[in-house]
Amino acid sequence: MRQTSKRQILGILALLAGLMVLPHFLQFHHQDFMIFLGINILVVVSYRLMTLTGEWSLIHVVMMGVGAYASALLAKEAGLSFWLAMPAAGIFTALVAALLCFPLFRMTQFYFLIGSFAVGEAIRLAWIYFVNPFGGSSGISGIPIPELFGIDFFNPISYFYLVLAVVSLSLLILYRIENSRVGLTLHAVHWKAPLAESVGVDTWKYRSLAFIVASLFVGIAGSLKVHYLGTVTPHQFGVGIMVFVLIWVILGGYNSFFGPVIGAVVLSILDESLREFEDIRPAIYGVLLIAGIMFMPKGLESVAPNLAGWLRQRRTTTDNRGS
Amino acid sequence: MRGGGQMPGCRRAAIAEAGVFVLELFLQSIINSLVQGGFFALWAVGLVLVFGVMGVVNFAHGELVMVGAYSVWLLHAEWGTPYLVSLVCAVLLVMMIGFGMERYLFRPKREDALGGLINSIGVLFILQVVAHVIGGTGPAKQVAPPLPGTLVIDGILRLPYQRLFALSISVAALLLLFYFLTRTRLGWALRAVALDREASALQGININRISMIAIGVSGAMAGLAGALMAPMTNITPHMGHNVIITSFIVTIVGGIGSLSGAVLAAFLYAFMHTFVTVYVDGTVATMCGLLIMVVVLIIKPTGIMGQRVSE
Repeated sequence: MRQTSKRQILGILALLAGLMVLPHFLQFHHQDFMIFLGINILVVVSYRLMTLTGEWSLIHVVMMGVGAYASALLAKEAGLSFWLAMPAAGIFTALVAALLCFPLFRMTQFYFLIGSFAVGEAIRLAWIYFVNPFGGSSGISGIPIPELFGIDFFNPISYFYLVLAVVSLSLLILYRIENSRVGLTLHAVHWKAPLAESVGVDTWKYRSLAFIVASLFVGIAGSLKVHYLGTVTPHQFGVGIMVFVLIWVILGGYNSFFGPVIGAVVLSILDESLREFEDIRPAIYGVLLIAGIMFMPKGLESVAPNLAGWLRQRRTTTDNRGS
Repeated sequence: MRGGGQMPGCRRAAIAEAGVFVLELFLQSIINSLVQGGFFALWAVGLVLVFGVMGVVNFAHGELVMVGAYSVWLLHAEWGTPYLVSLVCAVLLVMMIGFGMERYLFRPKREDALGGLINSIGVLFILQVVAHVIGGTGPAKQVAPPLPGTLVIDGILRLPYQRLFALSISVAALLLLFYFLTRTRLGWALRAVALDREASALQGININRISMIAIGVSGAMAGLAGALMAPMTNITPHMGHNVIITSFIVTIVGGIGSLSGAVLAAFLYAFMHTFVTVYVDGTVATMCGLLIMVVVLIIKPTGIMGQRVSE
């Protein structure tokens, strides 16, 4: 399935068209929700690029914060327009990631997980501690809204189109990367690191590359988020949020490109519909999380094929199991 | 934490001005560091045991401490049960939660480290909400010290009895744990499983039973820490966050899987954290801790007491 078929392209175009029409039929807070969902999809998909190498980091959301703060400062203090600040924030995040590669990738596996957490938390505490320029605990507010030919991006529908465009383009690029030679090498680094090294693959280089590219995109996601919210605070990028990203990716199924997307969409909708039970919402989340990992360890993404296979099996009553 | 020497800035300044009290602040910080170190050690040994024996990073460990503190608040401060009885109840309750986690969440996921981790995050959310429901929202809960009074030495050093009590109980619990691990057959079995699970299974050690004991001890230490801390800290459903970060730092600096390393690192870290908090700033103290941890991870991933590089 490396080659995308015509049918798949048509399906994706239909989905995009549907997404463009959808917000017009929604209430304000649902439009809001769609915007954040789009941004979160970019977060989980870029995170998956990182996990392809087999390394699970806890710094991804903090890198989003790096992009968010960079974009906020560039737009507010340096007076840059959003259209320059957003890519600049992405590139800046990638540069920070490149610097962090030196300490981080001297560790692997569990050590990397904890090390990335520590570095991330230290960065987050720096935002709290250095009131100038990061604004301390209350962060930065009054971040300008994007402007283009008089389109009102304060209107959630316009902003949604912006998010849709940026996220779709980013997903396309990330998809191409995963299915390119580089992407295959990342898989090799994960599953057969010693073998990959023995045939001349520099695993350090590929791990770093995955981290840098993932950070670039998550930095852009951070920029998109704060220009919509208008404020950025250190608490938006805490380890609690990182845990949600992990949950989306793992429950969605991290073995396929669309698994994390499914996870983010399904769980966000669930989360939104539990809004009435605000107080006990995390507990419901916790129960579902445990149920998910106990009863469908391969994630939501595996449910549909399993179901299809099961139906086919029922129909033909042969012993062939759908994979 | 109130015990962390986070005095209000004005008081700190006043003390610094009156040069006579510089010594007092210094000595007081040493006492505070020791008390804190006891707590840090209790937190960290539980995390180390569960990671060593079961291979699971228990993210809900901080919430176990929180449950211990909440139990004391509910039993002692609200219902008037004697403090020591509440303390024992807290320990038993947290042990029970630990047993449940091992039996129903970690055991089925024995071969899947990520699964165990995710399950523990699920437990974390659930316990936080349970605490919210029982304690209600509003300001942080506080427990009046059941042992009021202060021991004053030379008119300089003030030792509240509550702190002395907490310190001696934590040290006693740690000594008991070391006795158990190094002098009893069950303790040997536990260490054997931590070294090599398959080899110990081949020797006829019941892995499931040992895992139950490990999480039981871990839960007991967490519950005890929570119960001892309760009269000296602000009790909130989110107090586990600080616990887990500190436990990670202590565990890594001490060397993953090394209990004596964790205890040593706990006291060192407590000293560093208390003194930087008193003389510089609390946020800076935590930042320093995290950076020390990263440096240790890079230069000597086996920690200060670890000997072997695990693959």
